[in-house]
Amino acid sequence: MKDINKFKQVSSKIRKSQANESNKPCIIVSSGTCGEARGSKEVFASLKKAIKKHKLEKRINIKLTGCHGFCQVEPIVIIHPENIFYQSVQPEDAQEIIAETIVNKNIIDHLLFKESNNGKKIKFEKDIPFYKKQNKLLLKNNVFIDPLKMEDYIGIGGYSAIIQALSKMKPDKVIDTIKESGLRGRGGAGFPTGIKWSLSKKTKGDTKYIVCNADEGDPGAYMDRSILEGNPHSVLEGMMIGAYAIGAQEGFIYIRHEYPLAVTTINTAIEQARKYSLLGKNIFGTGFNFNLKIVRGAGAFVCGEETALIASIEGKKGEPRQRPPFPSERGIWNKPTNINNVETWANIPLIITNGAEGFSKIGTESSKGTKIFSLVGKINNTGLVEVPMGITLKEMVYEIGGGIPNNKQFKAIQTGGPSGGCIPKQLLDLPIDYDKLSDAGSIMGSGGMVVMDEDTCMVDVAKYFLNFLQEESCGKCLTCREGIERMLEIVENITDRRGKEEDIETLKELGEVVKDASMCGLGQTAPNPVLSTIRYFENEYLAHIKEKKCPAKVCRGLISFDISEDECNGCGACRIVCPEKAISGEKKKLHTIDQEKCIRCGLCFETCKFEAIEKRSGSDLK
Amino acid sequence: MINLRIDDLDVQVEEGWTILEACQFYGLDIPTLCDNDGLTPYGACRLCLVEIGEGKNSKLVSSCTYPAMEGLKVRSHSTRIIKARKIVIELMIARCPNSKTLQDLASKYDVQKIRFKIKHEDCLLCGLCVRMCKEQMMSGAIDFVGRGKDRKITTAFDEKSELCRTCGGCMYICPICELRCQGPDPPGTICGSCLEMSPTCLDFSNDAQCFMVESGCGTCVRDTINKNVDEMEE
Repeated sequence: MKDINKFKQVSSKIRKSQANESNKPCIIVSSGTCGEARGSKEVFASLKKAIKKHKLEKRINIKLTGCHGFCQVEPIVIIHPENIFYQSVQPEDAQEIIAETIVNKNIIDHLLFKESNNGKKIKFEKDIPFYKKQNKLLLKNNVFIDPLKMEDYIGIGGYSAIIQALSKMKPDKVIDTIKESGLRGRGGAGFPTGIKWSLSKKTKGDTKYIVCNADEGDPGAYMDRSILEGNPHSVLEGMMIGAYAIGAQEGFIYIRHEYPLAVTTINTAIEQARKYSLLGKNIFGTGFNFNLKIVRGAGAFVCGEETALIASIEGKKGEPRQRPPFPSERGIWNKPTNINNVETWANIPLIITNGAEGFSKIGTESSKGTKIFSLVGKINNTGLVEVPMGITLKEMVYEIGGGIPNNKQFKAIQTGGPSGGCIPKQLLDLPIDYDKLSDAGSIMGSGGMVVMDEDTCMVDVAKYFLNFLQEESCGKCLTCREGIERMLEIVENITDRRGKEEDIETLKELGEVVKDASMCGLGQTAPNPVLSTIRYFENEYLAHIKEKKCPAKVCRGLISFDISEDECNGCGACRIVCPEKAISGEKKKLHTIDQEKCIRCGLCFETCKFEAIEKRSGSDLK
Repeated sequence: MINLRIDDLDVQVEEGWTILEACQFYGLDIPTLCDNDGLTPYGACRLCLVEIGEGKNSKLVSSCTYPAMEGLKVRSHSTRIIKARKIVIELMIARCPNSKTLQDLASKYDVQKIRFKIKHEDCLLCGLCVRMCKEQMMSGAIDFVGRGKDRKITTAFDEKSELCRTCGGCMYICPICELRCQGPDPPGTICGSCLEMSPTCLDFSNDAQCFMVESGCGTCVRDTINKNVDEMEE
């Protein structure tokens, strides 16, 4: 395609033909990594079979899409145009869906979503409480798009933003629009994107690069993955606009090798964009050259840090270096480089299409737009949520998340991954924005949110993150490598009844220095999980140290298991499951645990159906 | 020329200098460990920390890697720096308690007690040897391998490297395995007795790593004999 008008004609043709199809029934099977793991491919295959059986191939469409967000009830099947929402669909339900819903227009009751508190059945996606408070801008289109078909993206208005930028906007105008929108980097630090772009643009040089950082590594976070899997072209379009504005000729997508599905979708997307002449030399005769390459990361968490990422792209060891010089001056092979996160890039086309005001009217004073979070942990509704900035944590946990399962009490919410912190109950009214979270001792991060209930031990949480970080620190800075290891050593002592009263002070002192003295963002935020848990849950630390008690009864060194005389009926299940043969007892008689042999693995506790096994800690320890 | 302010003194330095170079030029004493005039700055040891910026935006940076920039305000000995430096030294000694260089530093900065478990490592991972091998000896036989707690310096695949010319440059520049203190060292304290010195050597004999390969100092041979005796006894 040599000129822009030809592409416009082709796109409007595609849009028309898709609009004609919009009344035709369409079965949508959500199949991101989450869906696939729960058998969406099998559901898809059996749905196809059922369609064939009923000879409906020509009358209905069927489509595999990326994740819709509600990962907990995957595989999700949505029937258009009525938008009937079926959840946890199994391959054997396929026949019924076709016969009942498609042919007879009846709704299948047992596949509908059931509200957890009142058992009410819900027919449509929009009525599900999980979706009600959300404001989906980025994830909205995942439902309509087969990620392997570029026509689907064009059909919903895709690639009109790059056409608009190329034909009507000067590069400076694009940058001004992004600046006005107030978009801040979604990777974690929250640096204003427009300013970042203008820095790269200002630097003199013929060769410039842009990079999409898809090295998502926070435990429990998968926002970027679902964008790449569900709507890869939105990221490509954002990158094209960025390259045009900055004057870059080449782009890299640095993606984790552990995301095979995302690598496939993005690879296909690049090939298709090339076919439509959206990538290559002299695109649509405008003189704009741009090409994209994929670089697969080998799994080091620290490679998400921009200077380490650059080193990794260059083929060197992924190790951060001193900034300044910033990548905008000297990045990949010493050329000006602009790095943005997946979600940031995906926001760009929206801002160009809807204008800066369209974006900035959503959100708070300092944080604009929407943000995707992955809501996981001890919560009823697990999944990806896209909410306007400024929504409170309470709305997040109780309205979208549907509260804590099994009537347990909420204890804390961990935001920002290993660099973030734990926010306690008394701060639940905190609005989510970059600065408010940072004031509370946590960070926005890339959007991971882990909910913890009363059964979670905060010292154990700190230990978990320290363990993660001591393996994932690159090890260059002494303070980060040794500091984290020593903090872990102290926390392990505390959870293993060797805690000393001065440990809390040592942790605080050491944590502050690791924050202060390390070179990159990893080290500068690594003590956050420890410092924030000490800040809000010092009592738990003190209980561990002084009373040798783990209030949540988690830390193995501080608990014991015991069998209750009243509840035990001598079924012997615990005796069979115990790996140390520490449980003895005759059939139908009270069993006992040999505390010397017991390794406190908790298998008996999980196995016992009669709640006869009790966890003890502190003064009632056996 | 670049104008900046160090410890309330207005100074001028050449373009391209680091803060450390600027401080040293004006006679300020900044402790360093992984820095060497003949090698590229690396910023691993975090000893040469200085404080830049003001108020809420002030931060600590390693002066050996941070460029001296126009209008920068630098403090070289604030309480925040001293506190961080002390912890840095404490972490260093906890890892490598027998190094005289580190013990001298501890004594200079009045680090009295080590609160962490002593590890008795032979390497601080400062990377001086790696850069020496690559940049001065033009060899590149050794490098960092692994990350986090598994990081170590070794030859490729842990095998004797064809690139190594046994020049001994790595041992020459190492701040840890130089004259190692063999004095009594009860855990948790710094012994302070550096009177008894024994020759430099690694615990095990590997001719790729010993520059005294021909004559030998005897230490490692003694170790090998001892090990053999131990094995025989087992």
